[in-house]
Amino acid sequence: MMAKAKAVALISGGLDSLLAARVVMGQDVHVEGINFFTGFCVEGHTHAIRKRDSEKPKRNNALWVAEQLGIKLHIIDVVEEYKDVLLNPKHGYGANLNPCLDCKGFMVRKADEWATAHGFDFIFSGEVIGQRPMSQRRDTMPVVARESGAGERLLRPLCAKLLPPTLAETSGWVDREQLHDFSGRSRKPQMALAEEYGFTEYAQPAGGCCFLTNREYSSKLTDLWCAQGHREYELDDLLLLKVGRHLRPRPNFKLILGREEGENNYLRGYCRQFSHLHVLSHRGPLGLIDGPANRDDLLLAARLMARFCQGRDAEQVEIEVHERKGETWTATVKPMTAAEVLPEWYV
Amino acid sequence: MTTSPIPEQLDARRLLCPLPVIRTQDRVVDMCAGDILAVCCSDPGARYDIPAWCRINGHKILEISEGDYEFTITLRVGEEDEDGHGA
Repeated sequence: MMAKAKAVALISGGLDSLLAARVVMGQDVHVEGINFFTGFCVEGHTHAIRKRDSEKPKRNNALWVAEQLGIKLHIIDVVEEYKDVLLNPKHGYGANLNPCLDCKGFMVRKADEWATAHGFDFIFSGEVIGQRPMSQRRDTMPVVARESGAGERLLRPLCAKLLPPTLAETSGWVDREQLHDFSGRSRKPQMALAEEYGFTEYAQPAGGCCFLTNREYSSKLTDLWCAQGHREYELDDLLLLKVGRHLRPRPNFKLILGREEGENNYLRGYCRQFSHLHVLSHRGPLGLIDGPANRDDLLLAARLMARFCQGRDAEQVEIEVHERKGETWTATVKPMTAAEVLPEWYV
Repeated sequence: MTTSPIPEQLDARRLLCPLPVIRTQDRVVDMCAGDILAVCCSDPGARYDIPAWCRINGHKILEISEGDYEFTITLRVGEEDEDGHGA
């Protein structure tokens, strides 16, 4: 009797990877999922820290998909290795800072390495020909298979019939006839298959699953690189770009303001690392100062922050300033007017 | 197999989803079935993700305790499956 084949599914948390895994599981293959954390992943509850979004489902979509399928999910931290993908993409960027084709090749390579190291026979993804403008085109899908090194160990169950047979098919681990021939941007075939399998709820990512496809996020990352004079970054930099309102009134520093209680709570965790401000006389945000700031800079930041507190129309607002070097003092400032807050300060 | 009388501690504060899960996963892989791990988090998303991760990997949530701006999730490490694919 032939041993049960073992496959690793690249699970993004979206409908396509859910269906691809279900298709392969239906062929008596042992499936486990893998998901990569690059630092730029958009999750269903990325903004869970914002209390006003509390009605949205607070779940990691990849974990949710794995639970629906009843499979294990291995989440791999690739933040450090991903830097080279972002900073030196061989195939360039998309509309923003999204290196989609290089990213796909990187993830397939990592999945293939993990699968080989853990005794799995092949890997598969939920890719569909023509679904995405960069990484899921008929001409770029072979590039991903080749440059990742996975080659014929990579199966795409949702469009396999439109592609040459892979190892999983030629080895008899899966029946090619039971795979699919989906193509194009329409989601109707996937929705029909989801209904067939009884999946009534699934993630509907708008704009992809990566912050790098987002214009505002890419703008914040570009600002960070310009301000530091180089393109290196740390994980904390990426996390902070996802939180709060960012304003850069002077080139040497940026003010990060919590937009509501949840974000203030989150930013509070960074108070030991940053000079920070909080409003004493009124309700208002917590503010972090990112970058070297002298007393004049801090007074400017205090006036700017006062604009975003409940005392914005008051004559004076008291703000406590905690300098990173340890000194604490109180600034009594007149809040900036709306006209004084220049549009170009918004990062 | 022995059970840890004192929970191991993991600081996952300031980490956003899915990092608290990744740190938990990476710690649990070096622990034994029956061991206890207490994970301190500040991202509310972890309140949902770590229990979900435990469910699909066979670990048991013992308690979720609340603090001012953070909370602690205590779990008991489960057995590896028959294929030896632990969490």
